[in-house]
Amino acid sequence: MRKILFIVEKEFKQIFRNVVLLRMMMIAPVMQLVLLSLAANFEVKNLKIAVVDQDHSTFSRRLVSKFQYIDNFKLTGFTPSYKLAEEQLLLDKVDIVLAIPAHFERDLYRDNRSGVQLMVNAIDGSKAGIASGYAATIIQDFNGDIRIENVPMRKGEVQQVDIVNQYWYNPRLEYRTFMVPGILFELLLLVGGLIAALNIVREKEMGTMEQLNVTPIQKHEFILGKLIPFVVIGLVQFTLGLIVAKFIFRVPMEGSLLLLYVFALLFLILCVGLGLLISTISDTMQQAMFVAFFMLVLFILLSGLFSPTENMPQWAQWLDTINPLKYIIEVARNTMLKGSTFADVRSHFFALLAIALAINGLAIWRYRKTV
Amino acid sequence: MKAVITNKLTKKFGDFIATNAITFEVEEGEIFGFLGANGAGKTTAMRMLCGLLTPSSGEAQVAGFDVYTQTEKIKQNIGYMSQKFSLYEDLTIRENIKFYGGIYGLRLADINDKTAGILEKLQLQNVADALTASLPLGWKQKLAFSVAMLHQPKVVFLDEPTGGVDPITRRQFWEMIYEAASRGTTIFVTTHYMDEAEYCNRVSIMVDGKIQALDTPKGLKETYRVDSMDGVFQILARGTSTK
Amino acid sequence: MKRFLAFVKKEFFHILRDRRTLLILFGLPFVQVLLFGFALSNEIKNANIAILDNDKSLHTQQITARLLSSGYFQVYQNLSSYKEIDQTFRKGVIKMVVVFPTQFSYDYEHGRTAQIQIIADASEQNTAISLTNYASAIIQSYTTSVAGSIAPMYIDVNTRMVFNPELKGAFVFVPGVMTLVLLLVSAMMTSVTIAREKEMGTMEVLFVSPLSQWQIILGKVIPYLALSFVNGCVILILGVFLLELPMNGNLLLLLLETLLFIFLALSIGVFISSLTDSQLVAMFASMVIMLLPTIFLSGFIFPIESMPKGLQVISNVIPAKYFIRIVKNIMIKGIGMKAVALDTLVLAAMALFFIGLSIRNLKTHLA
Repeated sequence: MRKILFIVEKEFKQIFRNVVLLRMMMIAPVMQLVLLSLAANFEVKNLKIAVVDQDHSTFSRRLVSKFQYIDNFKLTGFTPSYKLAEEQLLLDKVDIVLAIPAHFERDLYRDNRSGVQLMVNAIDGSKAGIASGYAATIIQDFNGDIRIENVPMRKGEVQQVDIVNQYWYNPRLEYRTFMVPGILFELLLLVGGLIAALNIVREKEMGTMEQLNVTPIQKHEFILGKLIPFVVIGLVQFTLGLIVAKFIFRVPMEGSLLLLYVFALLFLILCVGLGLLISTISDTMQQAMFVAFFMLVLFILLSGLFSPTENMPQWAQWLDTINPLKYIIEVARNTMLKGSTFADVRSHFFALLAIALAINGLAIWRYRKTV
Repeated sequence: MKAVITNKLTKKFGDFIATNAITFEVEEGEIFGFLGANGAGKTTAMRMLCGLLTPSSGEAQVAGFDVYTQTEKIKQNIGYMSQKFSLYEDLTIRENIKFYGGIYGLRLADINDKTAGILEKLQLQNVADALTASLPLGWKQKLAFSVAMLHQPKVVFLDEPTGGVDPITRRQFWEMIYEAASRGTTIFVTTHYMDEAEYCNRVSIMVDGKIQALDTPKGLKETYRVDSMDGVFQILARGTSTK
Repeated sequence: MKRFLAFVKKEFFHILRDRRTLLILFGLPFVQVLLFGFALSNEIKNANIAILDNDKSLHTQQITARLLSSGYFQVYQNLSSYKEIDQTFRKGVIKMVVVFPTQFSYDYEHGRTAQIQIIADASEQNTAISLTNYASAIIQSYTTSVAGSIAPMYIDVNTRMVFNPELKGAFVFVPGVMTLVLLLVSAMMTSVTIAREKEMGTMEVLFVSPLSQWQIILGKVIPYLALSFVNGCVILILGVFLLELPMNGNLLLLLLETLLFIFLALSIGVFISSLTDSQLVAMFASMVIMLLPTIFLSGFIFPIESMPKGLQVISNVIPAKYFIRIVKNIMIKGIGMKAVALDTLVLAAMALFFIGLSIRNLKTHLA
């Protein structure tokens, strides 16, 4: 047990001596948390819209003016023909084209129906879906307006349902409230996992590993001695991240802070253990870096940070049962935003505990003092 | 009790036989020279004795412990210094000594005493808190040897400890070896400096994984009728090359 | 020249010998393309919802049935009181609760405004919005079908999704993944390899060899150029044949642009390695400076127009932004040289900039 302390002391000295790395380890995640959280926004804003108005009627002008007063859209101008509009789409000058055909107003009065066309640049499909949804809502609004003006309605004749949407835990639908906890843990995994992955393999490359291997140090002492410093550093990073989340992004903290720290500790033990496992099975730092990178990318993509895990196919969900990032992001969102208690996230706790024990066990087992 | 006993100790890497059934014994307190050209199998043999490599076949005991089953016991009783300087360059001299002292389970008071002793002996008091990386190679090697001796091992293995070091420092280094041996530590040393071979009590010469000769330097020179160890080595090395 | 070729050959073998790294090098794009292609989707399917039906009437049952038959929702739980909503949300299993108040049917049938509450767990903000939108639309369709007539003065909206009528995700992520992998392989690998040689002290040995410094750097870089190019082609082939991405433009132009981008990535790698001789620092710098910003700021996943102004400015120095645009323009829109000329110029200028900086750094390093 005493020997572990000597390793911990030595690791800390080495970490603090590498000023460049230390600085990067402390500042980079915080900066990234700030920048990435600002950037991570699926909201669709500032859509450039061009109009092909072939009707030139009161209705068509009113419809266009509705688009002018909505924040999401920026009217770039009128285009005389479809052909020119299509060309603007092609050159990314506009994102969406609203085409109002000739006789639009006349048809509405005469036939009780008419149509408009939306052309949406759909290379980014999800963005296109949202954009066309916005536009359709505006057109429907307009439709409602003219209907009320022109068709007299008798009260009580139409059966109506009023749908009230409530968004709990994030009533203003802030992207950041939702992204920040996720990005915070993603960064912890990235930094903790990578630095740990490079640590043991670095000793191998430097030749100091061989010197350690002829000492009577025991495997678990060695792995624990390596684990503790990086977990401690991770906790410091986590604290910095929480401060940023709280004071810059105003992410609520509904649940118990202690509970969150317990989970962060468990998660860090897991990440660093994973890094150490990778380190013990690699021969060069480059190899370790790539193995680590490969796993981290997998974990991040499947974590639910970018797209909800429930929507994934069965095989991906199976894979996800061993994805620590998935569990911790769920826990973070649940405790921070909803105030979940330990009882609510108990299953996550045991899943993370099982993975952490398995990975660290493997790391100890795979660390060979003899070749 | 013998410090090292081997019997037909062999290590194969695939088809390649790095050490081929070597058999020898090393007495306690002896300075045992382990000679051979590069690639003759010296380092492999040494790594097996230190418990860094598992042998393919044969037997060996170090400090009375078996190399297959009791490697951790062996590690408690040996010191090792590899060809490559392997203390932490980004730790200071004092920190390196403290770390290895701790790993070998020395008490803090002992570590402090030993540190003071080493610093004084190597005259490194002024640079005790400088990074090891800043030391010249010769000093590094002397420091590495002192660290390998920290826990007063029964046997110490030195793998080409004086490679690339100037003659004066080499001399000083060998003085340290003699001193350790006089206190009862067995020294197992590889080298390819033939003048250093003369300093050993007994010398073995390995060629292509086998031990071709083993005797005192004096005995070897008489057997091969030459007046230097260099001569002995030339004959043995050339002997195999013409085969 | 002969010596140089021998050196390149040696570097090549060196890379090819490390099987594990190679496997990952080529496995990474495969896995990423597969994941993005088949696993990641923002489409809602069978989301777990709960129903709090205080009315228990024919209408509420029919609306519930309609919600379920849509395929978007499945009922995980039936609640009996308002208080339970918070408790179930905290467990994180259900995403939305539909609340029918008592008297819903009565209000509905007597011409009063009947209310339905849709409560979404907005801690997952995106999903919350989609779910409430779907649910609202379904409920609305129920009321129109009950009413049984079409509203007067109806405006039909005909939406045409240009360039990607089926709204395939592949159109976004294939260019993105390709960019990421090329950057990763080229810049990270070179910066770390060169830093490694410096750290191990083997670089000095090379510098005293008869090869010039630039030949050495080139020799280290050429194998990665080749590897990256092969990787890029693999991703393109997967994209076109497995994920049915169109190849509307000039293939040769696309390949040339790819080479230019790889060259830029390599020059960034050389630049990083000219700053440090620690593998750890080189690696960390590549990660921090390039990788995450590339994912987040290039427009690959998150639209640039929605970012704060400051970040939009920063996004202009992210090389990936330009390359992604070029790939989309050539492959999907099929527009030619003229349309991508400006972006190409920016990439070329960036490459020159980094090479210039590395030359300066290396020179001072030797002096």
